[in-house]
Amino acid sequence: MNILVIAEHDNQTLKSATLNAVSAAQAIGGSIAIAVIGSGCQAVATDAQAIAGVDKVLLADNAAYAQHLAENEAKLVASLAKNYTHVLAPATATGKDLMPRVAALLDANLVGDVIAVVSPDTFKRPIYAGNAIATVQDSDAIKLLTIRGTAFPAAANTGGSASLESVSEVFEATKTRFVGEEVVKSDRPELTAARIVVSGGRGVGSSENFKVIYALADKLNAAVGASRAAVDAGFVPNDMQVGQTGKVVAPELYIAVGISGAIQHLAGMKDSKVIVAINKDPEAPIFQVADYGLVADLFSAVPELTAKL
Amino acid sequence: MKIVVAIKRVIDYSVKVRVKSDQSNVDLANVKMALNPFCEIAVEEAVRLKEAGKATEIVVVTIGPKAAQDQIRAAMAMGADRGIWVETVDTELDALTVAKLLAKVVQNEQPQLVLLGKQAIDSDNNQTGQMLAALLDYPQATFASKVVIEGNEAVVTREIDGGLQTLGLTLPAIVTTDLRLNEPRYVKLPDIMKAKKKTLDATTPEALGVSLQKSIKLLKVEAPAERQGGIKVESVDALIDCLKNKARVI
Repeated sequence: MNILVIAEHDNQTLKSATLNAVSAAQAIGGSIAIAVIGSGCQAVATDAQAIAGVDKVLLADNAAYAQHLAENEAKLVASLAKNYTHVLAPATATGKDLMPRVAALLDANLVGDVIAVVSPDTFKRPIYAGNAIATVQDSDAIKLLTIRGTAFPAAANTGGSASLESVSEVFEATKTRFVGEEVVKSDRPELTAARIVVSGGRGVGSSENFKVIYALADKLNAAVGASRAAVDAGFVPNDMQVGQTGKVVAPELYIAVGISGAIQHLAGMKDSKVIVAINKDPEAPIFQVADYGLVADLFSAVPELTAKL
Repeated sequence: MKIVVAIKRVIDYSVKVRVKSDQSNVDLANVKMALNPFCEIAVEEAVRLKEAGKATEIVVVTIGPKAAQDQIRAAMAMGADRGIWVETVDTELDALTVAKLLAKVVQNEQPQLVLLGKQAIDSDNNQTGQMLAALLDYPQATFASKVVIEGNEAVVTREIDGGLQTLGLTLPAIVTTDLRLNEPRYVKLPDIMKAKKKTLDATTPEALGVSLQKSIKLLKVEAPAERQGGIKVESVDALIDCLKNKARVI
């Protein structure tokens, strides 16, 4: 098996989702190469070379790849893919934008959101928002997969000494124009990679009240999430949404505050190792999945918790 | 400007999904079916573009058994002008096959904009729009939260990890919709009646020249591992004690 993993990065740092995808590649077994596609991303390639178990890093460094436009990268990945049996990418917004486009260029299908490797051609993936788990067998010559990061451990990002190879092929679409990007800068850990996540729901009541959630998160060095209800109500921006239509997280500790526990939300956090629910409604469905439930008014319980930690 | 919207008939989002006892698939017998929520958003966006004077005709296309016509009629009641039904018995087509069928329809219709939901809530694939864009060599903008048509360009704001990205796509282009693009309208009874009179053409994969090959075989469908509920604690102190000494996570 010859496996290519597409690195997730912002041209400066390698995102941890890449490490989870490398673990999935190790579960398939074989030699592993990482493709770092971007612009001015030499440092990312150096990071990738250090990942344990990686044999080779392919670096495609060109201005055409600066914004990770699927139109350009799909053609490059489809070209690189011909030397591999498997091509994996993290199941992130970027990976999901890119990989189906690669698949169609190769006249192949794609197995998305893989959560387990059964064998080199058989994989498990959630369907119906995680309410069922499908086992599928892929007979395409080149297997294309996106990997759900929370389902695989992170490969060690030190100890490797992969070789570095430059890729000079450049594809530049003329019909897509990059206009701009607004990325929220935060000192808190990234939601999908954090060890602890504190999330607030409709019960928090307002954008202003979310400060009790932030205070607890900062005390625990946690990422902050939210339910769809809190996002739809405008309390927080949508990139904080945890759930079926938002981000899927599986931290060691998930603290759900003022969240009732709609199926939509549970689909995004039920694989967390320890779940704590704080809600004043003892009948809230969140308590059915919580390891530790506290029936209390969040505006007294959360500040008390923050103070006592 | 003509818009094609691809839509899918799926289990209603409010129905609790159950896996069949033989683990062959989920049980769809006698469950409520509906227009996929992301497809509904795509139809709504097309209708709003028409109401704003940007679009002149909206064609909805679906692939599936006869019952899928219900979803075309639902889209027509929202404001779509015309429907195309590609008849297939198999409801578990590979995403690539679906994209190939849609590519043929797009080639026949020659729209300036193709709107699709970002994913269907049954297979959760999130692939068809991107594949369609590749097959047609069109620009794509997935996970759209805002679409503005300016001259020969669709300026699309996309939801990406950590924020928003805006792309300008030279038309014709493919856009897939995310949840926050719009809130679909409630359909009124007179519109449902009007929809019944709109043109709905039927075609087949054979007529479109697409073979229904499969490379993904569904071996098994299981229910996910059930998470056991834990205990209720009486106080914040008891909670801290559990997290420190039992769970050892803080």
